[in-house]
Amino acid sequence: MNSTCASIANRVFVSLDTSALSKGSEAVAERIQQYLIKQPDMDVTLVRNGTRGMVWLEPLVEFETAQGRIAYGPVKPEDVADIFQQQPFSGLNNHRLCLGLTDNLPWMKKQQRLTFARVGLIDPLDIEDYIRHDGFTGLKNALSQSPQAIVLQVKESGLRGRGGAAFPTGIKWQTVLDTPSEQKYIVCNADEGDSGTFADRMLMEGDPLVLIEGMLIAGLAVGATQGYIYLRSEYPQAHKILNMAINRAEAAGYLGDNICGSGKRFALEVRLGAGAYICGEETSLLESLEGKRGVVRAKPPLPAIEGLFGQPTVVNNVISLASVPIILSRGGEFYRDFGIGRSRGTIPMQLAGNISRPGLLELAFGVSLDELLEDLGGGCKTNRPMRSVQVGGPLGAYLAPEHWSTPIDYEEFAKINAVLGHGGVVVFDDTVDMAVQARFAMEFCVVESCGKCTPCRIGAVRGVEVIDKLTDVHADQGQRQQSLSLLNELCDTMELASLCAMGGMTPIPVRSALKYYPADFGLAPLLVDPRSTHQENTSK
Amino acid sequence: MSAISTADIHTINNLLEQHKTLPGALLPILHSIQDQLGYVPPEVVPMIASTLNQSSAEIHGVISFYHHFLTHKPGQNKISICLAESCQALGSTGLEKDIKQRLNIDYHQTTKDGKYTLEPVYCLGNCACSPAIRIGEKIYGEMDINKFDELLEALVTYKVELT
Repeated sequence: MNSTCASIANRVFVSLDTSALSKGSEAVAERIQQYLIKQPDMDVTLVRNGTRGMVWLEPLVEFETAQGRIAYGPVKPEDVADIFQQQPFSGLNNHRLCLGLTDNLPWMKKQQRLTFARVGLIDPLDIEDYIRHDGFTGLKNALSQSPQAIVLQVKESGLRGRGGAAFPTGIKWQTVLDTPSEQKYIVCNADEGDSGTFADRMLMEGDPLVLIEGMLIAGLAVGATQGYIYLRSEYPQAHKILNMAINRAEAAGYLGDNICGSGKRFALEVRLGAGAYICGEETSLLESLEGKRGVVRAKPPLPAIEGLFGQPTVVNNVISLASVPIILSRGGEFYRDFGIGRSRGTIPMQLAGNISRPGLLELAFGVSLDELLEDLGGGCKTNRPMRSVQVGGPLGAYLAPEHWSTPIDYEEFAKINAVLGHGGVVVFDDTVDMAVQARFAMEFCVVESCGKCTPCRIGAVRGVEVIDKLTDVHADQGQRQQSLSLLNELCDTMELASLCAMGGMTPIPVRSALKYYPADFGLAPLLVDPRSTHQENTSK
Repeated sequence: MSAISTADIHTINNLLEQHKTLPGALLPILHSIQDQLGYVPPEVVPMIASTLNQSSAEIHGVISFYHHFLTHKPGQNKISICLAESCQALGSTGLEKDIKQRLNIDYHQTTKDGKYTLEPVYCLGNCACSPAIRIGEKIYGEMDINKFDELLEALVTYKVELT
């Protein structure tokens, strides 16, 4: 997409995304403002956009030119005057920070940006800018269709839940549509707690209106009139931006009692979580929204039938909902044509941890991790060999190099006892001790378990203890063997008997660490039980 | 020790009045109280309970479930260190030790001068800039002990802005 829209002033862009701010983009923006005040003859507007996802280049400054946007980065406040003196609006130049046309950078060229099409491109809080970039086209189409026709489009797109469980979104919507009720709800799960993931945050900060549009369409599709965004309290910037976007959408008639003059109603409210990882599990999230402890509910009943306040409720992740507008504007088939196998469309992959070029890439399913880690990620930030990557958050597997050629696809990952989860990839170099990481997985479950079911609540505590015994330097091989079989049995119990993915998937990182890195536990490779892990990958 | 003032009680009553009719009002109420007072004093539990027609035990149960809610008055600056995997991959375990040593406190404790409270957090969503910490509403990335010292220095100078 090109953004050479009819603006009179020259536009310069500096991101307001949390990661960009944490790298100093605010100071750069302030310096630009100060510089412009001193140059009253320059007609320049400073736009605060989302991030392009190339976080290692932040603070990134972009200048709109006749050829397209030209990027400079990472920029320090003291570089600002220098860059402006090079006539940045007239085209490419030899400034040492000039990276070239943003769209031609390898990171950008590699991607198929559908859900993130506008992130980093537009002013996130400018409704006109949103509309100029195809915003609200999906909503307009949805308003002219029957609820069933909307649900059919989503089904046809093959979209599956991007929170991690990969349940088909269209089927969930159909269940809610088919359940008669006076009041239904759309709940957006923005409790993005997995380490290594920030796609939801980046989208909410960079294009909040696409999420609002997706929730509106979901409301029209199933007959819901109230939506809640359950946002984690660790995201203060996203909170601010979402609330501003909701106010502006209301003022412009996109939310409220008469959406775009259609007579249809939809209200939207942001609710803050309170630092509980488990509230990313949908039933725990609903309890929390109801003002209770975030304790997991037994299913059935499914939230689609008895969800928030006992009413039929769509609970979808931010990225799932934000992918709906393009499906409605371009058609289910358009979206389905991206991807491989049963993994249709695109997924935002997030490179994090020890990597030279961290950030977010939206890609059609089918690319291998290798391509991301080496070509685009540029290897470890510490310049040491890469030893392991954890994919899919704290409940995802630690993968050894032999698996990095696996295509990014839900089913291919399941075959190697791994999960794609929410698309987070955390990289570790060769100094990592995998026994420590396995212990951490259990420890995390101790801290974050809601406590409802025994395998999770007590199993995790026992898991930490047994890993300590296993790795005790004073233990002999016989004792180690005993601890190992105990750990394996414990993992079986947690996998098979936990109510939700928290207890059910905690064994995944533990077992993968044991399987691929036995020496870290003081074990010979053959000692490790090669049994495959079961996956109850249903609710995270 | 942390008896709340009459002014605080007035503030809390206003907040209860503002939020009590919301569906699922309890979390918004607790957030608003913590935003105003910096914590949720135990004395407010019966006030919330009677407003929402719930038992004090239920309210206490909710407060104690969530890591975010503090039941003791924190220092002027709440510092959270991210302990999750991405930050671990870039040395947060060492940073954690250094910061604890620098402030001479452990998690959930406040420095004697009342300036800083230290809390652990599992992911700030700033994983592309690990290791990350949060001070007040601001998130900082690529943290090390030297940058941390600079931040503390700035906090002393611009205390009002950052708290």
